Amino acid sequence: MEDYEEPGPEIVKRFMYVNRRPPHGTIYALECLEVVLITAAFEQFESLVFIDDGVYQLKKDQDTTGIGTKNFSKTYRALDDYDVERIYVEKESLEARGLTADDLIIQPEILTTDELREIMAQQDVVISS
Amino acid sequence: MSTMLHIINKSPTETNSLDTCFRLAKAGGAILLIEDGVYAALAKADHAKKITDRMNDYTFYILGPDVAARGLNDIPLIEGITVVDYEGFVDLVTEHDVSQSWM
Repeated sequence: MEDYEEPGPEIVKRFMYVNRRPPHGTIYALECLEVVLITAAFEQFESLVFIDDGVYQLKKDQDTTGIGTKNFSKTYRALDDYDVERIYVEKESLEARGLTADDLIIQPEILTTDELREIMAQQDVVISS
Repeated sequence: MSTMLHIINKSPTETNSLDTCFRLAKAGGAILLIEDGVYAALAKADHAKKITDRMNDYTFYILGPDVAARGLNDIPLIEGITVVDYEGFVDLVTEHDVSQSWM
């Protein structure tokens, strides 16, 4: 019989949060960011991924005063303080939108689709928004 | 024939709202990009062609506060799209007989 592993905080799983939507038209981007900040307290192995329109979330110089909503884009800068250090952006998604790493509010790791596929395959939990 | 204002509020790489609008909107109409629809105006994006191909068919407008909210003030937008504020939005609605929101 296999050894029974007691569940507890010592078990660390690989969590990946996949962002595919632009920031302000819906609540998905903000909700995902809040989930990441909350779950960071549980000291799991977390990564945050931005693909498709999700890359727009990281566009620098967002100014929401004109639309009267919260400018949560600055919060991405705080992820480092929460020890969320694995932040990936898909190179192909960025390029398709005419954006470069210089256009982003943080300096994430820019990965190709092939590289991202391998990392995604290693996850225990994937949460998409 | 009535004049029509078409309002697009979805990203062209997330939904087919803009494509469907182009398929059904008669030439001569006006198209206003708001909310996530403003991403359609990115000049350097692969999808820029969607609008540049149709510049002669429609008059394009874009809502300035939604551009600023998304941090797009510092990157090139497609030339020939007129930026309007909320008052300009209201003017467009009153100047056209019908407004159609492609939700």
